[in-house]
Amino acid sequence: MEQLEKPHLTMGAVISRLASPARAAPRATADPAWLRCLLLAVAVIFLSVFLLVPLAAVFTEALRRGVGAYFSAFASDETRAAIKLTFLTAAIAVPLNLVFGVAASWAIAKFQFRGKSLLMTLIDLPFAVSPVISGLVYVLLFGAQGWLGPWLEAHDITIIFAVPGIVLATIFVTFPFVARELIPIMQAQGTDEEMAAITLGASGWQTFRRVTLPNIKWGLFYGVILCNARAMGEFGAVSVVSGHIRGETNTIPLQVEILYNEYNFVAAFAVASLLALLAMATIVLKAIVERKAHEA
Amino acid sequence: MSVEATDIRKTFGAANVLDGVNLNAKSGRLTALLGPSGSGKTTLLRIIAGLDHADAGSGRISFHGHDVTGVPAGLRKVGFVFQNYALFRHMTVFENIAFGLKVRRRRERPARGEIAERVNKLLKLVQLDEFSNRYPTQLSGGQRQRVALARALAVEPEVLLLDEPFGALDAKVRKELRRWLRRLHDEVHLTTIFVTHDQEEALEIADEVVIMNQARIEQAGTPQEVYDRPATPFVYQFLGNVNVFREQSLALAGNGTYFHPGSLVAGGLVYVRPHDVEIVPHEPGVDGIPAIVRHVHTAGPLARLTLEQVQTHEPVDAEISRMELDQLGLQPNDLVLLRLRQTRSFKHDYAL
Repeated sequence: MEQLEKPHLTMGAVISRLASPARAAPRATADPAWLRCLLLAVAVIFLSVFLLVPLAAVFTEALRRGVGAYFSAFASDETRAAIKLTFLTAAIAVPLNLVFGVAASWAIAKFQFRGKSLLMTLIDLPFAVSPVISGLVYVLLFGAQGWLGPWLEAHDITIIFAVPGIVLATIFVTFPFVARELIPIMQAQGTDEEMAAITLGASGWQTFRRVTLPNIKWGLFYGVILCNARAMGEFGAVSVVSGHIRGETNTIPLQVEILYNEYNFVAAFAVASLLALLAMATIVLKAIVERKAHEA
Repeated sequence: MSVEATDIRKTFGAANVLDGVNLNAKSGRLTALLGPSGSGKTTLLRIIAGLDHADAGSGRISFHGHDVTGVPAGLRKVGFVFQNYALFRHMTVFENIAFGLKVRRRRERPARGEIAERVNKLLKLVQLDEFSNRYPTQLSGGQRQRVALARALAVEPEVLLLDEPFGALDAKVRKELRRWLRRLHDEVHLTTIFVTHDQEEALEIADEVVIMNQARIEQAGTPQEVYDRPATPFVYQFLGNVNVFREQSLALAGNGTYFHPGSLVAGGLVYVRPHDVEIVPHEPGVDGIPAIVRHVHTAGPLARLTLEQVQTHEPVDAEISRMELDQLGLQPNDLVLLRLRQTRSFKHDYAL
């Protein structure tokens, strides 16, 4: 009937329109080819200029004087200490945030309680606050002139300008990653499976280990990868509390800064390339995990 | 194992979900908790299971006379089948069913071989022997439902609770599965309570039907009792189609119109099921409610007629056999007289 009311659409035109697959998609949902090309080009150029070129520059600069110079950059004791400290910090911060993240998301997703939205806001706080401020807060709390400074000094505990301060600042900055990843997954899954496990006689721990954990494992792994990447790469907060004591309180990012400021460009970029490699490994792992999670 | 719930009260914020409910499910019987959504039936079931708790200071749940109000869900020996089945998605059918046995303490846990034997037996019982290695996502709704049932039965519960067990299934599977559940119940004889909003389902398979509405129990009894002798207008309307007449409009029609005229409440409403409406040819001087035939539906085993009362213009539904329809030779716009076989009247203010 509709076709009869539109005399300009001949029967032949209707048939060819129906038959041609290119025209099969309604026009409203298909953009013209030039627009698609333009959007794609903008995205590719943007990514190249802001991501790929800098990444390539890191490796080019690091290898400017050859492979020997690249590896000799890692021979210095200070750089080795920085790498060791970075791994130590991540080794403490990531497991703690894993436990915290699972506990917080479990509480938020599976229970109703007062102050739930406040808790969620607090979890987001480290994302909202500048890392420098996070570092300063710890200095204010634990520093020599800080609130707890005199007490700490009396008990011979140093936090600021020492390893504990670096670990604390890193934990603060990285704690949203695991929880942010898990909360939506857990909320989507609801509590039915846990309830079923409980009626079948499982204890709280059994329910968590056998039912909840397998359901969230890929999301959890993803959160841990991101948390680790940030823990190793954090600069601002760590810089404030570290004190930059060479060979003692410098992490990889701080060491890069020091080397760069000393015009030791090859060493600076060589150490920086470690972080770049970490980033690339993170992205590859993330892609694998996302695919696995999709299959599961 | 009988199940008793005494004076259960439950409020969510300002909403009254259960308002002093008393339930008694007899040992070995299949009891249906029937009611519209929001009537509190699922909450009652969850409180019986221990997944939810009545308001502080109210209510007692006892199994066979033993108070279990303070007993945690996992120790109540209750099998619970969830509305969405809640199967463990990362486990196979076999692992799902074995779960309840595997999480037992070492002393109470059956040996590996014994668990496998018991799971296989259950798989056979629910006719899923060939699916033991499948994952829940690879099963149809009806199959998932049966896995959920087998999983609940694996821990040898003393009470089986099912929340809308057939709610998510299509009509045909629903019908098959509920007959199967009835047969299963006759085999295992477990005290079973299931929640449903489908009156046909409840009346067909339950030994006992408990009808709930707005946080209260309206009536409890065998399917025949509640269908034939509804205690309230709500039950009347909920358990099938019903015609409602005003007592005043019947008074004009003469005493021969209904069988138990003495039971009418003055000024009340009279409830009559469509199959209790008798149609007789219109003749002057004969008792009956004059009505005009509006529609005749003959698709089905019974003929369903829609009529209109001459005086009030209110519609009336009637169901008569096809044979009766042929004898009467009814056509639309024919004038007939209606008589009411089984009636029940309630006071006006009792109405919905």
